[in-house]
Amino acid sequence: MEIIVCVKQVPDTTEVKIDPVTNTLIRQGVPSIVNPFDKNAIEAALQLKEAYGGKVTVLSMGPPQAKDALKECLAMGADAAILISDRAFGGSDTLATSYTLAAAIRKLGAYDIILYGKQAIDGDTAQVGPETAEHLGIAQVTYASKIEVTDSLATIEREHEEGYEVIEVKLPAVVTIIKTLNYEPRYPTVKGTMKANRAEIPVWTAADLTVKAERLGLTGSPTQVRKIFTPPRRVQGVLIQKDTAREAVADLLQRLSDAKIV
Amino acid sequence: MNFVLTPEQEDIRKMVREFAEKSVAPTAAERDEKELFPRNIFDQMGELGIFGLPYPEEYGGAGSDFVSYAIAVEEISRVCGSTGIGLSVHVSLCAWPIFKYGTEEQKQKYLRPLAEGTKLGAFGLTEPNAGTDAAAGSTIAVKDGDSYIINGSKVFNTNGGEAEIEVIFAATDKAAGLKGLSAFIVEKDTPGFRFGKKEVKMGIRSSVQRELIFENCRVPAANMLGKEGEGFKIAMTTLDGGRIGVAAQSVGIAQGALEAAIKYSKERIQFGKPIAANQAISFMLADMATKVDAARLLTYRAAYHKSHHISYAKEAAMAKMFASDAAMSVTTDAVQIFGGYGYSREYPVERMMRDAKITQIYEGTNQAMRMVVSGSILR
Repeated sequence: MEIIVCVKQVPDTTEVKIDPVTNTLIRQGVPSIVNPFDKNAIEAALQLKEAYGGKVTVLSMGPPQAKDALKECLAMGADAAILISDRAFGGSDTLATSYTLAAAIRKLGAYDIILYGKQAIDGDTAQVGPETAEHLGIAQVTYASKIEVTDSLATIEREHEEGYEVIEVKLPAVVTIIKTLNYEPRYPTVKGTMKANRAEIPVWTAADLTVKAERLGLTGSPTQVRKIFTPPRRVQGVLIQKDTAREAVADLLQRLSDAKIV
Repeated sequence: MNFVLTPEQEDIRKMVREFAEKSVAPTAAERDEKELFPRNIFDQMGELGIFGLPYPEEYGGAGSDFVSYAIAVEEISRVCGSTGIGLSVHVSLCAWPIFKYGTEEQKQKYLRPLAEGTKLGAFGLTEPNAGTDAAAGSTIAVKDGDSYIINGSKVFNTNGGEAEIEVIFAATDKAAGLKGLSAFIVEKDTPGFRFGKKEVKMGIRSSVQRELIFENCRVPAANMLGKEGEGFKIAMTTLDGGRIGVAAQSVGIAQGALEAAIKYSKERIQFGKPIAANQAISFMLADMATKVDAARLLTYRAAYHKSHHISYAKEAAMAKMFASDAAMSVTTDAVQIFGGYGYSREYPVERMMRDAKITQIYEGTNQAMRMVVSGSILR
């Protein structure tokens, strides 16, 4: 099966500091990593390949240094990687990004499943995967924790707060992967690392893709960032723990009454 | 002259560091406390290909070099000195003499599983009365048809009891002294070969050192490494390389302690400011960082020499004695910077200090290193 994984290189948020004056990220000197959920997606792809055979191709849209992220995916065991990079892509929002990625996926040709991490830890939009499915006109399943494939049908466990749904979807489809023990990212091996180091990663520019110039980069991005701010800290809730529900309700009513809410 | 690692070496550092931080560091304190040998960690290192770093692909290795290998030992030791020495012994002291002196058959049978990480290796030379004077041992091997019958014992055998493959030394001609020593590959389950006392130690407590006991242990003559009488040469050249591993282990331990001390000295507030703001502390840190760097450069130089087939006995001895002295001094200073907390087992620096001490002693004491270096420069 032909498996495509789209990954994003993000700043390591555990190392990130916020500029107290402008409230923006201080990106200087912050190490870049593969978006953690994307590593779960890579693991899912590798497990699918191990179970059903095929090839794992990793795509990333970003600046030239995003090659490092692709190298890491190759070291984990992906078969091929392509960087989609052009000044024309600069300033892309999720719409322009998914438009560009969809064009790259079309150029790749045949595919059975396209995997994404559920969201990137920098933008946190969770939009690029679903939007890519829309551009390509194929089905999408978000927040997946397990994928099984029979013929051209995938059975997917989709997690939410109360439990999980089991969804059947006809391939090809876009699936976004959550952090899950099923797809705990493997360590790169020494041989994988050395192979990745020697790998030539092709770079596709706007000229390599069938795209409309006005839909790329900043011009193709309807999203405008007006202001970035830290949301006000929410007051923490109170957990009322009593031996019985009756006592707990009584305590709650007393508090509400004290606060003049009831 | 180039002081920059190759992209491959950098990537291997990153890869091993990720493994070390996620899978070795979390249990280091508990394993030290309870003296637990982490066979699962060794199996994982094997699966990841760390054991085969410097060996060719035709023998199951990765085909990298000894600098990458030194980096791997350093990164593992940065979080756990015990695991670092187990790795070093496996790669330098067990796999290497088989790679260097083994027949093609021996390499396929023993080096391949060692490099691929399906088996663990060890090295048995030291005896109760034969430490630095390695040829004074009393283990003997007597030829009997197609095999040798080995009798005697070895002590302080790192990985002993865990390792499936041991390279050991025994006298095949006691009267010939140094020239009467021979090397053998002995498998763990060989009849007549058993394990004695397990050492209880000051440091590297999650590394295992056991006594090896040979009682009429019959080993096929095909398992002799090199020729009869070549044992002393094999042991000495093997230890030359082992010292690069110990030097790398020392650099790793010192680096771990330095990083802990830097972090703590920036966080610990006394008299209203971080203690790092005191010159007494910041100058200590400057000296520590300089020692770690110098030790690292000596270590990588020796590893580079080994990779490029340039003589490295003197360089490895210099690296080992300097790096181990640096590790002892840097870890001691780290404990000092942590003050009372440093002496407590709540923080990792006291473990690093206990782990550092052995690096001045094993695989040739630092006094023996000075014999090697002075012997080389006064020749």
